[in-house]
Order: sequence, then structure tokens, then C-alpha cells
Amino acid sequence: MKTIDTRGLSCPEPIMLTQEATLSNEDSLEILVDTVVSKENVERFLVNAGYKTEVLDENDYYKLIANK
Amino acid sequence: MDSTKNRKIVNLLLGGVIGIIAALLVYYGNPGNMGFCLACFFRDITGALGLHSADPVKYIRPEIIGFVLGAFISANIAGEFKSRGGSAPVSRFLLGFTSMIGALVFLGCSLRLFLRLGGGDLNAVVGLLGFIAGIAIGVYFLKNGFSLGRAYEQPKASGYFMPAFMLMLLILLIAKPDFIGFSEEGPGSMHAPIIMSLAAGLIVGAIFQRRRLCTVGAFRDIFIIKDYGLFMGVLGIFLGSLLMNLILGQFQLGFADQPVAHSNHIANFMGMLLFGFSSVLMGGCPIRQTVLAGQGDNDAAITIIGLILGAAFAHNFGLASSPEGPTSAGMIALVICLVINVIIAVSSKRRIS
Repeated sequence: MKTIDTRGLSCPEPIMLTQEATLSNEDSLEILVDTVVSKENVERFLVNAGYKTEVLDENDYYKLIANK
Repeated sequence: MDSTKNRKIVNLLLGGVIGIIAALLVYYGNPGNMGFCLACFFRDITGALGLHSADPVKYIRPEIIGFVLGAFISANIAGEFKSRGGSAPVSRFLLGFTSMIGALVFLGCSLRLFLRLGGGDLNAVVGLLGFIAGIAIGVYFLKNGFSLGRAYEQPKASGYFMPAFMLMLLILLIAKPDFIGFSEEGPGSMHAPIIMSLAAGLIVGAIFQRRRLCTVGAFRDIFIIKDYGLFMGVLGIFLGSLLMNLILGQFQLGFADQPVAHSNHIANFMGMLLFGFSSVLMGGCPIRQTVLAGQGDNDAAITIIGLILGAAFAHNFGLASSPEGPTSAGMIALVICLVINVIIAVSSKRRIS
């Protein structure tokens, strides 16, 4: 499980960091985001990249768990 | 989450609504192909507040007030209002400044670029090529690790700054005190009725907030992740304005005699190149920044202050173009701004383990 903390980063960095992780053939990812927009963007990206994605609301941020 | 296809269709349709509204604002009084223009409108507000002395471009544009308040209301309803900031404020201020210089050399922000295209202004095609080139340069730096760093949660009140500033502008617009400048001739004197402009701004601000539209993101996302969602919104804006301009008889194809535009191809290309480059580095075009400032983003608010100061410099020091063309001071400023952007781009690196 690789964890990527994108909290506080501007668009499109959360997606770019996620993309980087998917390209390194990680089957299991945990991505932290802190805005609704980043949550939507990263989730959409992961689903399109073929990952089963689960979103957990951690109060002041979101945790996306993605598995191939 | 929208399915990818639904998102594209909804963005296309709502973009179309924005384009139609923009053409209607021109019909009811705004300058040609200027239903919306973040650069021009912030510039007019800057003049109205006495921060520059170009008499033809002074007006408190209700569309801007509407963008911020529309985004503020819609973000609050959706529970998305969040005061955050602290990510490289000085760099963001400078990028706001340089993007304004680029826009005023071209004569319009990227939103107006698509409205100019929809009005048949072929100079905007040259601008579009420069815009895409500038975005490509910004994407190059992003792919090489450019980052302005993290933003953090800020005191809640800080997020209310821009909405409060807009409420103050609205009061000044209605009260029209002597110390606020209003153009008696020129583009600043041309405007749709206040209530119509304000309503248009509120609707468009809310659409931009809900759909996360961004004219720069439209191309950036294609370059980086081959995602066409935001692009469909921009395509909609172009098609909507084209359709409505044709219906209203406002469409005029050509390079010459276009409203509030010039035909110096180098200046049009380079102005929008600078603008696109700046906008990628600051994480979104000026209307996206305006919407973010309405939903509590302190960094976007700083960027807007950069836009305002950029407009003040552009008109106080003769950097802005006119329908006769660019000024040599403007072209020198453009080169200096490009250098500033490159310095920011190479010196701001992502620090992530």
C-alpha cells in the first residue's frame, strides 16, 4: 500500500501525483485529499484507470482507498 | 460522482448557457464580445476605485460581484466553503499580476478569448494559439515538479474577505459616491443594466463553482490526463455565444474593426502565451480564481489582488494595448513578466516524499 498525501496542493497536482503512482504499477493506493474538488477529480481518475475506489470521510480530509 | 459522459454533456450544455448569457449582455449594453471578461472587468473596477487614471475604463462591474457571490452562495449550500491558504502568497500575487499584463496586451482574459471567437473575431484565433502554447509551457514545468506548495486551513473569517469586498463594491455601485469613477465614454461607459449584469454574474458564478469550470484547466487536463470534461464546458461557451451572436446579428467575421481588439499578431500571440503560462502556474484561470476566492480560498484572493494591481500598472504606465495596437512599453513589460514567470517556475519545486 502506497500512501500519497496531496492535502493542500492546488489543481492539478493531486491528480498528477496519483497518475505517477498508477504508472508505477501500484495495485494498492491510499490517497489523501482535502477538498471536494480534488476528491472528485482523483476518484474519477482512479475509476477510469481501472481501480476499485472507496472514499472515507475523515472529517477535515478524505481518504481514497484504491485497489486494482 | 458524475459518469464521465454525463459530466461532458452537462458541462457542454451549461457552458452553452454561459455563452448565451454573455451574448445577451452585449446586446443589452456591454462592449462588443465582452459579455464577460475578468481582465477587463477587474481593470474597470480598479479604475473606478481610482487606482488607475484611464478615464474610458472605469466602472464597478456587477458581473464580478455576481461571480464571487454566486460562488459563495453555491459553495455554502453544497458545504464546500472552506477558508484555506498560505501556499506561496507572493508568487501567486506576482502570477496574478503577470497574467493581467498578458491579458491587457491581448485585450481580454481567456473567457473573453472564447467570446471573441464566438463573435467572429479572428484575432482571437491567434490569441488561442498563444494561449495553448502558454499552457503547454506551464504543463512542462508542472511535469518537471513545479509546485507552489501546500495550503492550510485558515481562520474562517479570512475566507469572507472577498465576498465582503464585493458587497462593499455593490454598495458603492448603487450609492455612486463622488470618489468612485464612472466612465462617461469608452468601454467603461458601456454596460447592461445593473440588475441584469448582477443576475448574470450570480448564475455564471454558481455554474462555474458547481461544474468546476476553468478555461485553462480545459486544455491542461487534455495535456496531462487526456480528460475532456472541462474542455466541453469551454466548447459550450464558444458555441453558445456563437449561436446567440448569430441570432442577435452580432456576429462579424474577420480581423479588422473588431470591438475592443487589435490585429497585431505577435502581441496577441505573446499576450495570451504569457496569460496561459501564468494561469497554469497559479492553478487556474482568473474566473476560476474568482470563484475560489468566493468559496474561502485565501490564495485565490491574493491572486485577485495581483490582477487588480497588474491592471493599475498596465494603465498607469501605458502597458495596455488599445484598438490601435500594443505599446512598446507593453511589449517590454511582457518580456519582463515572462522572465518573472520562468523564475517562479524553476524555483518552486514540489517537496513530497
